[in-house]
Amino acid sequence: MSEKNRTGISRRDFVIKSSVATAGLAAASVLGPATFAIGGQAKVKVGILLPYTGTYAKLGTNIRNAMMMRFAEAGNLLGGRPIEFVDIDSEAKPAKAQQLTDKLIKKEHVDFLVGPVHSVVGMAMVKMARGKGPITVIPNAGADQLTGVLCAPNVFRTSFSSHQMGFPGGPAVLEDGHKRVVLMYWNYGFGKQVAAAFKKSFLPAGGTIVKEIPTPFPKVDFQAYLTELAALKPDAVYTFYAGGGAVKFVKDFAAAGLKKSIKLYGAGFLTEGLGKAQGDAAEGVRTILHYADTLDNPVNHRFRAAFKTATGAQADVYAVQGYDAGELILRGMNAVKGDVGARAEMIRAMETAEIDSPRGKLRFSKSHNPIHDIYLREVIRGENRVVRVAAKEQDDPATGCSMV
Amino acid sequence: MELSFYLVQLLNAIQYGFLLFLVASGMTLLFGIMGIINLAHGSFYMIGAYLAYWLTDITGNLWFGILLGLPIALLVGYLVERFAISFLYKRDHLYQVLLTFALILIFNELQQILWGTDVHAVAIPSFLAGSIPLTENQSYPIYRLFISAVCIVLASGMSWVIQKTRLGMMIRAGASNREMVQSLGIDVNRLFALVFSLGVALAAFAGMLASPVDSVYPGMGENVLIISFVVVVIGGTGSIKGAFVGAMLIGLVSTFGKVLLPEMASVMAYALMAIILLWRPQGLFGRRT
Repeated sequence: MSEKNRTGISRRDFVIKSSVATAGLAAASVLGPATFAIGGQAKVKVGILLPYTGTYAKLGTNIRNAMMMRFAEAGNLLGGRPIEFVDIDSEAKPAKAQQLTDKLIKKEHVDFLVGPVHSVVGMAMVKMARGKGPITVIPNAGADQLTGVLCAPNVFRTSFSSHQMGFPGGPAVLEDGHKRVVLMYWNYGFGKQVAAAFKKSFLPAGGTIVKEIPTPFPKVDFQAYLTELAALKPDAVYTFYAGGGAVKFVKDFAAAGLKKSIKLYGAGFLTEGLGKAQGDAAEGVRTILHYADTLDNPVNHRFRAAFKTATGAQADVYAVQGYDAGELILRGMNAVKGDVGARAEMIRAMETAEIDSPRGKLRFSKSHNPIHDIYLREVIRGENRVVRVAAKEQDDPATGCSMV
Repeated sequence: MELSFYLVQLLNAIQYGFLLFLVASGMTLLFGIMGIINLAHGSFYMIGAYLAYWLTDITGNLWFGILLGLPIALLVGYLVERFAISFLYKRDHLYQVLLTFALILIFNELQQILWGTDVHAVAIPSFLAGSIPLTENQSYPIYRLFISAVCIVLASGMSWVIQKTRLGMMIRAGASNREMVQSLGIDVNRLFALVFSLGVALAAFAGMLASPVDSVYPGMGENVLIISFVVVVIGGTGSIKGAFVGAMLIGLVSTFGKVLLPEMASVMAYALMAIILLWRPQGLFGRRT
């Protein structure tokens, strides 16, 4: 806060100080650029740390484009101030996360930090930003800790926690009549948390876990595991795979002839935005997610049409999360009329925001994690169609969060 | 678990081994025989997969895709050799590492510009699209068996060219003593350009053939690079037979590792490499240098 060119000095502080004494005014004009306090035209700096290359490139691109679209709808003004973007490719590489976050916070002095996609990058980023850092909005990374142990007043999430990707799955699978289930997932933090959350609801309700098969991340050679799965003969398998791995898993599962005897379930990423690549192999696969392309509400229809026009691409859940990240920042900035120094007030506006999102109603828990409906979807003719609401207003336990 | 379970796993292991050899074949030629360290091997694999996706999309058939894609891959290889690699033969290996690392970045960027960031799939040609039932609830895709067959042809073909033909003789001679071969009146520059192009085309061919089973996505080449090095190093540089045996060993160890020691699955291949290198630093079939 004490660096010379930081725009963090608030109008309120400024007014108080200058009215108390001229000495205060002098101090304030040395500390902060007077242009903002007087003219109100200084740009708001929004730092973006998302992957634009590698496996998660599509996710990062859609999140950014949707957020930019939301800002453009609002005339590219945040609380009356124009926006300056500092956009960095995270490459979804944990090794680079700290250095890049550092650059955004200490060198660029961003007012807002948006990112990332990858949970491990998210851990590094939030550790540095929480507390005194910029207001941070996580538009994807799902690690429970980000709004759990690491929760902080200035950290928000518009996507989901791992818990929300596993916990509603247990009852959904049981309700479909499957009692003996195998868990398969990429063996890293997020996958393990999804599996643990699934068990938390599935076991007490009378389900049996036949076996857990964690597979190395980000490897996509599933043949040996599928043979094992076939030999175990469960009723269903609940999975976490995403991106290229999800395409491969769904296709290999179908090619191994397992669709006839074992029902395939998963966290929504298994079939999200992958319809064209998976083709017939995905037909009948059921997943849970807080969004579906085919959700029938006016906001979603409008959003999908606008996204298609603006980017030429189909919107998906990642775009929705980016769009809502933009909305959340707008809410905060509009509440304080562009005064980023009025931090407490802005945070209050953001945490009490109730958003009409393309996904349905979206509000935030005390730990700043989304509370939203989780849908059970099935792939029918290449589309994720909603079968039913799997969990109404699904919350997150925010384990270890001091704000709860 | 019954016997049939282990038999199916054995099939998985062998098939995975074939796939690994296919993926590492270009590396065998360039690194194993010519001693060129090519970090962009994975990129050429990725380019092959994207070419297959793109050209199959246009022509409607994977075979046409491969047929049209191979000359493009050869050309890419030729241009890279002429305008980049050829300046570095006399320099330290580190220069090749730096150069080919830069190529990774360039090709990743080109891939995004040309084909975007979506995940794509390539359709299996209809007459290979079926599966053969193996156990009461599992069946085996015919296309995977087809890949194995192609691998056998490829491995024997490469071995024959390198060991028995005049071209192979020149390649081996050129790799071990460039100046001597040149003084015998052989155009080494042309020879190396040809071999490098072939190596690139092999990597791309692997990507094309594997594209229907491995989906096509940004960054797909990175998974391929490390394991290809492992295959070549285990087998011993300079030996196609070695690379083949290395691929099979890794196929077996990692498949049964996944089943018997699931917690260790991701390190099995590397542990195997470490053990073999401790025992035989030159690799299984490598000559002592």
